[in-house]
Amino acid sequence: MKGKEDLDSVRRAKQQWEQTTLQPTLEQWPERQDAFVTVSGEGVERVYTPLDVGDLDYERDLGFPGQYPFTRGVHATMHRGRLWTMRMFAGFGSAEETNRRYKYLLEHGETGLSVAFDFPTLYGYDTDHPLAEGEFGKCGVAVSSLADMEILFDGIPVDEITTSMTINGPAAVIWAMYLVAAEKRGFSMSELGGTIQNDVLKEYIAQKSWLLPPAPSMRLIVDTFEFGSQHVPRWNTISISGYHIREAGATAAQELAFTLADGMAYVQAALERGLDIDSFAPRLSFFFNAHNDFLEEISKYRAARRIWARVMKERFKAQNPRSWLMRFHTQTAGCSLTAQQPENNIVRTTIQALAAVLGGTQSLHTNSMDEALALPSEMAVRVALRTQQIIAHESGIANTVDPLAGSYAVEAMTNRLEAQAYEYFDKIEALGGVIPAIEQGFFQREIAASAYRYQREIDRSQRIVVGVNAYESEEPLSVPLLEMDPEGERRQRSRLARLREERDNALLGQRLEALRQAARGNANLMPPILDAVRAYGTLGEICDVLREVFGEYREPVII
Amino acid sequence: MVDRKVRVLIAKPGLDGHDRGAKVVARGLRDAGMEVIYTGLHQTPEMIAQAALQEDVDIVGLSMLSGAHMSIVPRVLAELKECGLQDVSLFIGGIIPDDDIPRLHKMGVRGIYGPGTPLEQIVAHIRTEVGDD
Repeated sequence: MKGKEDLDSVRRAKQQWEQTTLQPTLEQWPERQDAFVTVSGEGVERVYTPLDVGDLDYERDLGFPGQYPFTRGVHATMHRGRLWTMRMFAGFGSAEETNRRYKYLLEHGETGLSVAFDFPTLYGYDTDHPLAEGEFGKCGVAVSSLADMEILFDGIPVDEITTSMTINGPAAVIWAMYLVAAEKRGFSMSELGGTIQNDVLKEYIAQKSWLLPPAPSMRLIVDTFEFGSQHVPRWNTISISGYHIREAGATAAQELAFTLADGMAYVQAALERGLDIDSFAPRLSFFFNAHNDFLEEISKYRAARRIWARVMKERFKAQNPRSWLMRFHTQTAGCSLTAQQPENNIVRTTIQALAAVLGGTQSLHTNSMDEALALPSEMAVRVALRTQQIIAHESGIANTVDPLAGSYAVEAMTNRLEAQAYEYFDKIEALGGVIPAIEQGFFQREIAASAYRYQREIDRSQRIVVGVNAYESEEPLSVPLLEMDPEGERRQRSRLARLREERDNALLGQRLEALRQAARGNANLMPPILDAVRAYGTLGEICDVLREVFGEYREPVII
Repeated sequence: MVDRKVRVLIAKPGLDGHDRGAKVVARGLRDAGMEVIYTGLHQTPEMIAQAALQEDVDIVGLSMLSGAHMSIVPRVLAELKECGLQDVSLFIGGIIPDDDIPRLHKMGVRGIYGPGTPLEQIVAHIRTEVGDD
């Protein structure tokens, strides 16, 4: 930002400072550590100066919010215009229990819904599938059919509120259930807003809840882009995610790079289908982690916006400015939370939420203090929601856009992360692209290495985790834990049995066969999936057809 | 006579896809000089017992973060017994509520290592169990 003569002057002044002020201080008391690194292991300067952002150009590199390259935010007024959506990820047990939790959260001021599904649902299995034994409702809500979806959203104004659903392999089917459940209540698809995560690439890389192998999965995803752009225009048909990549142990740079690389792969796939970029790109959305290192995280989001804008405009030649926007949801880092002294997690979540807001997120989930122990209790989730509300209304940071812009530290870190991302893009390109890189285990190895390094740092006390390797206490657990309805599974199984008996099975048979035929051909699969859902085909039954046609995926085992 | 390395099976039973911990532990045990076989995801109790048998392991570790442990652990123990491996020690890690710990010990689980456990502690446990300390 400064001219060359000014920088030379600063450089000389810095040298002088090092000699006359820094040196004596270091002699009096050495620094606390030999090296200071971010949570990602990146070096942090003692003090950042104009020298660290030498050729930063305000108009070229930062610009104004709502204007290319969007470093400062995707909208001109950001949180002054509209607060981020307070969208708490929730789900457990049966649809009835989760419906009650959604109403509780809405009553307490959340402004968007977010569905967590159980493992059988995530894998496209019904509650009564043999592989589902013991897994019902443990990590999220069980949805085996349209009937469950109808109960899940009973009494919820889906025309007024948007819903995000964390579902990937079977996303098209679950989306169809949501759409049909709303349709039956008289809402047309064009009224409905929401998001399906629907990001299979990061499943292979990190979250591991795929349904099909890569090629048919990509086909299905592009089908949803196409269907969404034509029939459900307010819907984000994908949430290209870094959250899980980070949770698996990635660094901030890896999270950033792998997420955006995945995004580019989806754009590529849609273009190869022949879709016009501006017809689907405005509905691509993203999902990032908010980890502990405050400055690094804020910088990460800013770098992400700038990179994506440039990629969409310059590489993919999108014309509609809305195609250049990296809109994102954030979740605070579950992996940073401790089972020991769970109250400490409120503090961690607050710091992380601050970073997400200062980083310009459009939507935010804050973890509950008991995350490392169980699914959130009502008390814990209320505190997590209040955390967002206090930040919004009491801290002042939502009252001005991108306040940390111009900080030498933040701009230097933003630049550093951007450069690291481009290095990764080159590596991935050299391997043949994202899918070949997945098949070669590139991402998995990078992530496993980072995860291992991080654990070693903790084991050696090079990295302090309060309550775990420092400031420990032997006090017994003090937080009440969520209890689930023990009758939930039995209720679900009998509902399924009844459904299979009462529906028109002949009609369903025809619908499933039509889906099978469409899957073998090139037709968009959303219409036949919707038809199968309307006939009360279960999630498992519909996914079985897809598994039958497309086969299953087995990942390479990489440590 | 060559000292036989301790052979450990690290397994991910059920549908749980959270494998960060299992992989970190597997790598840590390897660095501690053990022979580690990591099964990968989605193992049934039968597959785990078969792997334990085929790989001739000294000890089995299960990683479970999905809450399904009270259903899965007894089934794994039963399958190990079925394969004649009732003497192979079993430890688990992941998200295991305090309330379940006594019952798991009663079932025969010999170690429970939840979040925050240092790798060294798991290494020490294995060495004790296998009589290698």
